[in-house]
Amino acid sequence: MEYQDKQRYTRREFLRNLSLTTVAGMSIPLLSSCSKEEAEDFLQKHFHEMTREEKKVVIAKLEERYSRKYGKKFEISTKEAIPNTLWGYGLELSRCIGCRRCVYACVRENNNSRYKPQLHWIRVLRLKRGTLINLDDSEHYYDPPQVPEKGFLYLPVQCQHCEDPPCVKVCPVHATWKEPDGLVVVDYNWCIGCRYCIAACPYKGRVFNWAEPNIPPEEVNPSVHYLGNRPRMKCAVDKCTFCIQRVRNGRYPACVEACPTGTRKFGNLLDPDSEIRYIIDRKRAFRLKEDLNTEPKFYYFFET
Amino acid sequence: MEKFRETLKETWHFYRRTLSLVARGSKAYYAWCLFLLAIIWVGLVYYLKQHNVGLVETNMTDQVSWGLYIANFTYLVGMAAAAVLLVIPSYIYSFKPIKEIVVLGELFAASSIVMAILFVMVDLGRLDRFWHMVPFIGLMHFPESLLAWDVLVLNGYLFLNLLIPVYLLVKFYYRKEPNWKFILPFILASVPWAVGIHTVTAFLYNGLAARPFWNASILAPRFLASALCSGPAIMIIIFQIIRKISAIKVEDRALFKIAELIAYAMFINLFLLSAELFKEYYSNTIHIAPLKYLFEGLHGHKQLVPWIWAAMAMNVIAFFLFLIPGTRKRLATLNLGCLLVIIGVWIEKGPGFVIPGFVPDPLGEIYVYIPNPLELMVSFGIWAVGLLVFTLLMKVAIPIEAGEFSHVSYVERSSRREEEDQAWRQGSFRKF
Repeated sequence: MEYQDKQRYTRREFLRNLSLTTVAGMSIPLLSSCSKEEAEDFLQKHFHEMTREEKKVVIAKLEERYSRKYGKKFEISTKEAIPNTLWGYGLELSRCIGCRRCVYACVRENNNSRYKPQLHWIRVLRLKRGTLINLDDSEHYYDPPQVPEKGFLYLPVQCQHCEDPPCVKVCPVHATWKEPDGLVVVDYNWCIGCRYCIAACPYKGRVFNWAEPNIPPEEVNPSVHYLGNRPRMKCAVDKCTFCIQRVRNGRYPACVEACPTGTRKFGNLLDPDSEIRYIIDRKRAFRLKEDLNTEPKFYYFFET
Repeated sequence: MEKFRETLKETWHFYRRTLSLVARGSKAYYAWCLFLLAIIWVGLVYYLKQHNVGLVETNMTDQVSWGLYIANFTYLVGMAAAAVLLVIPSYIYSFKPIKEIVVLGELFAASSIVMAILFVMVDLGRLDRFWHMVPFIGLMHFPESLLAWDVLVLNGYLFLNLLIPVYLLVKFYYRKEPNWKFILPFILASVPWAVGIHTVTAFLYNGLAARPFWNASILAPRFLASALCSGPAIMIIIFQIIRKISAIKVEDRALFKIAELIAYAMFINLFLLSAELFKEYYSNTIHIAPLKYLFEGLHGHKQLVPWIWAAMAMNVIAFFLFLIPGTRKRLATLNLGCLLVIIGVWIEKGPGFVIPGFVPDPLGEIYVYIPNPLELMVSFGIWAVGLLVFTLLMKVAIPIEAGEFSHVSYVERSSRREEEDQAWRQGSFRKF
């Protein structure tokens, strides 16, 4: 789906304004009980339908709000995709030791809710050696004194950034979409919280903010992207974005940097000289649940 | 234009008289309405808590992300579809009693749809953003998203099921012949539309390759078959209540005919289920896991097992009760069968259908979901809303159908009152 900044006053906009004005007019007593913030949020447009100026206003509003809440100066990027880029991920199964450092680096980098519940975008599954495809015998909450454990291997799973993502297809309101560089992102302010995408995802790549997210102010990461790690709100869905705030500025995702064993690789699939292309061309690579035809851009591989 | 203005005037008058009709009633009527309002109030209080704190107040999680609300939604869509599917053929084949059944069935469908829509609304995390889904105003993902389809077909169905009965009732009220050229296309459209709402709802689950339990093409037919059991079963009970408390006559013969239909539908329902069971158990792939969780428990988790076996028993017993003429044609056993079907199908296509879709989840995790008191209270509240809506609709529809509430009687009564007034005035004049 292609979107453009619309300068024209379309029929739909007219209808929307007309009906919203009517609703607003009829519910003056209700609206007057809302704060100005709530009223502004209520009327906020879809990210792709905002003009450049409207985006600026929203960003300034959010920066001010976050700074007030967390006592840090926030910078919210809306940086667009770099041309000729299609991000791909590589994960070498023979190296992963199941230490979950990636999981917690991700939580910190992406301002995930910390307590009750703590939201994880990466899950590490422990599998008995001898199985890799049947995940029904996997253990998600393994907690030994030391990893790796004998007889087991570890399979980290996160959003696979499918080229044909079922979650995007099912969303009833276009709140989630695939960016030109292949990242599947969410407009947290547009999501209605129906959780159909969670039901549709074969990789459990999405989590839901069941309660108001909480982040200790001293741990908050103020360098954020609008479509990525900005602090979220309750009852909207969120997910891994391959650290959109980092990769569009030439950095690796936080999980790649955090991994102590060099299990995780990242790069541009369209660049023949990239590391990820080297891996696909030369190693034994596969993707999870290839039979579902979702074309993930997340490659698991083995050495040689 | 003149005719249109007259229609408007008539409708307005009808509306005003309806309001005063609904506001007055027997003690039992008031007690029943107050009882429902009390349940609604409790449900609302619980819902407001969920709305303020978030869906964390329910027992749903990222593993089982839909629960009791969506289970009820699925069941009620079936109810709504079945009411019309049952009623229209009896209308077309002029099976007695005709007009009563059309109108009552459609009003029942409308009440069910109201409940179904409410169940989706309480399940939404961000009700404040509901307008994002409204066509032309929000940004509806049509036709890709089946949920967008569902919003359209359900609201269209609600519209049809309010338009048709209200139009007919207004006409009956004024003792006028309905303009069949106008209304018949809507009545005919509501039949495929009824199939449509339930098919779309089935496809909503059916299209998800991530959930093998739902990803079976037998789903839509199964949905229709089970809907044709539970919907008519509840109609049989409603008809009996109606004929008890009003002058409307519903023949036993009609009830027995409906029960016979349920027997056929239940046979198809059980047959489709056994086809599903055969495929899963004989091929025995890893996709059998959710079915195992449902029917025998998985890795020691057996929460749904007693429920589904109870449902199976109820469905099979009801099938035989409706199949054997002796038990079908006795009201006691007939009603027992209806009750069994209503509960059995609710378990089978409500919680017994939604929850196993999420257990085990796509990464093999088992999360034990059981609805918590808040979910139960909110659900009871919505059921009470549906019952209240249906009660109020019936309060108007029944007297019209029975010919007790009409414009003629209104005019007669007011002219009689005028005559009495005159007589009294004349009489009192004479006294003086």
